[in-house]
Amino acid sequence: MTAAFVAGADASSEVPLKRRLKRAERTRRLKALALILPLLLFLLFTFLGPIAGMLWRSVDDWEVRQVLPHTVAALADWDGKDVPGEPAFAALAGDIRTARDAGTVAIASKRLNYALNGFRTIMAGTARNLKTLPEPGTAKDTLIGINPAWGERATWAAIKGASGPLTSFYLLGALDLTRNVDGAIVAAPEEQAIYRDVFGRTFTISFGVTALCLILGFPVAYMLATLPTGQSNLLMIFVLLPFWTSLLVRTCAWIVVLQSEGIVNDSLRWIGLIDEPLRLIYNRFGVYVAMTHVLLPFMILPLYSSMRSISPAYMRAAASLGASPVTAFLRIYLPQTVPGIGAGSLLVFILAIGYYITPALVGGAADQMISYFIAFYTTETVNWGLASALGAVLLLATLLLAVVYGKLVHGQQVTGGMKN
Amino acid sequence: MSKLKVAVGFLATFTAGVALATAAQARDLTVVSWGGAYQEAQKKVYFEPFKKAGTPMNDESWDGGIGVLRAKVQGGAATWDVVQVESEELAVGCEEGLFETMEFSKIGGEQAYLPQTVDACGVGAIVYDFVLGYDKDKLKDAPKSWADFFDTTKYPGKRGLRQGAKTTLEIALMADGVAPKDVYKVLGTEEGLERAFKKLDTIKNDIVWWKAGAQPPQLLASGEVAMTSVYNGRIDAANKAEKKNFGMVWNGALYTIDSWVILKGSPNKEAAYKFLDFVGKAENQAKLSENIAYGTSNKDAPSKLAPAVLKDLPTAPDNMKNAVEISVPFWLENIDRLTERFNKWAAK
Repeated sequence: MTAAFVAGADASSEVPLKRRLKRAERTRRLKALALILPLLLFLLFTFLGPIAGMLWRSVDDWEVRQVLPHTVAALADWDGKDVPGEPAFAALAGDIRTARDAGTVAIASKRLNYALNGFRTIMAGTARNLKTLPEPGTAKDTLIGINPAWGERATWAAIKGASGPLTSFYLLGALDLTRNVDGAIVAAPEEQAIYRDVFGRTFTISFGVTALCLILGFPVAYMLATLPTGQSNLLMIFVLLPFWTSLLVRTCAWIVVLQSEGIVNDSLRWIGLIDEPLRLIYNRFGVYVAMTHVLLPFMILPLYSSMRSISPAYMRAAASLGASPVTAFLRIYLPQTVPGIGAGSLLVFILAIGYYITPALVGGAADQMISYFIAFYTTETVNWGLASALGAVLLLATLLLAVVYGKLVHGQQVTGGMKN
Repeated sequence: MSKLKVAVGFLATFTAGVALATAAQARDLTVVSWGGAYQEAQKKVYFEPFKKAGTPMNDESWDGGIGVLRAKVQGGAATWDVVQVESEELAVGCEEGLFETMEFSKIGGEQAYLPQTVDACGVGAIVYDFVLGYDKDKLKDAPKSWADFFDTTKYPGKRGLRQGAKTTLEIALMADGVAPKDVYKVLGTEEGLERAFKKLDTIKNDIVWWKAGAQPPQLLASGEVAMTSVYNGRIDAANKAEKKNFGMVWNGALYTIDSWVILKGSPNKEAAYKFLDFVGKAENQAKLSENIAYGTSNKDAPSKLAPAVLKDLPTAPDNMKNAVEISVPFWLENIDRLTERFNKWAAK
């Protein structure tokens, strides 16, 4: 505020005064910074730090480097055209023996198994059957004798591809891409390419829920904003009560309401509208209903606060100048609610793309959103590289949306009052 | 890049330092299990008597996931000592060095336990099955196998299955006529996979997917499904506690073993072994089976049970006859790939 005032001040004012003002400004700014320092530190350690850690994990490729160091070194200048020579085999045999004694074989084989399905078995079998270090010059024959897979280019390409220290493997995987044996980026095998679909599904559901919330929430917010205080407070409680109820409780309540022998189906059958129960849950419809219900307050509250500040005098003025109610609404009222619509929509959309519990409980197998997969790879199969990569893609998409939103409502200040 | 690495490293050290500072105080032995009816039974026959015998302890519950244990151990703030884990968590956690090596000499010796419940990193706690469950009040004609599960003309109604590839593909193959002992051999081939998904296609629109063990009994009780895959103990609990009339089919059941492990670096190792010794005793395990229908790991436990209790346990010879153990090596190798494939199929 003051800075703007100074910048816009008369340019002919004295320099020392200007400098003094600047100095005073600086100390004030520092004081303000000192006040938010605890919050900054808190954010740094609990929010930015972990996010950086997550992004790091999506490109970090340490397992094979650590467990098979000599093999990685021996493959450094391998051209990938043909099966590598004796030195690489000897290095691998030595590494596997060392890793077996240290009990770290599985760490490398888990990582290699992502690149080439079946690698776990190859590694475990080789570690088990390699009783002694092969005589110099016989390593190649020995290893191929134990498992013919060692005589194939793809096996070695997988090791080279996982040599680290950084990898694009997980990020590519999160976008349904992979590298073929020659290192070129190609589409992942058709039956395993699911993540683009899942991201698409996540955004489709989130967009649909946002639209439904807006359609349902707008009239409610309007009513809350225009009714006399007593009545609007009573209605506000109806909005806030579900808002304060646990997400899990509301989700489970929808299961009771929508299941095939639930309240809705029983009522419809009783009236005689249907003979067979409708399928309202464990599918996309159920996800839309439950998520819209859960997220509705997040749309209503910002809308309500922006509508509260719109003076009814504008609409009356429009009417007195001859505008029909529809025209007055579209040209006078609606534009003033845009900040509320923007804030509510962004809030609902960003909350929705991270949803996990609700789709997991009321959706079918084809309605799981991206968080389901992130959770699955984090806790169940500990493929933290892929989980982080999926998280990174989601984060990037969310940030892009926030930027677009910022551009769209740029200059539209939410002043919470008269804008003149 | 290296700067980033330093920054991340610094952050990790800092948070670990803070965590260590808070976790450094001595605490009582903490035992973690699966919650629900099962943990109630464990409280009654394991935890309370063990506390009375003189060692203070707390119990908590969790929902599984090796990632949780990895975060606990590597975060340097392990607030748990003894945890009950599933077979895959046992294998992966052992590979990752998250568990202490199990010293059987302190818990009665290896020979006291069934061979398949003895592991380098853990000792078996229970044996349980995925079975076909149904409501006897609604189905007059009892189903006999997974083939009946897929027969929607003879048995109309929806079917409940656990969401994901694991257990679902095995069930589909058995329904298609594969013998339990050959399931993983067939599933290991491309044709076998195709065959499983093709079988699933036949009832695709009638499947309700469940995620948590508490859901299948609810699905049966509400009439949402006519049959479902379910943990055998849950059927038993629903019949006992809620007076339901659910039946189950042992034919083609998929069984698996849960184990007790001690988290790496536990400050209460001695107390942990004392606890494991206590819960490994045949007479204590027999009491658990009386309270909830799970088999246990001590060889002598069945001999202390009444025949009526024994016949409903997964470990009863009749129930084991046509059962198949869920293969840990197979799923460790294929879970990510088949999860992707399963979801591809589901989205079609």
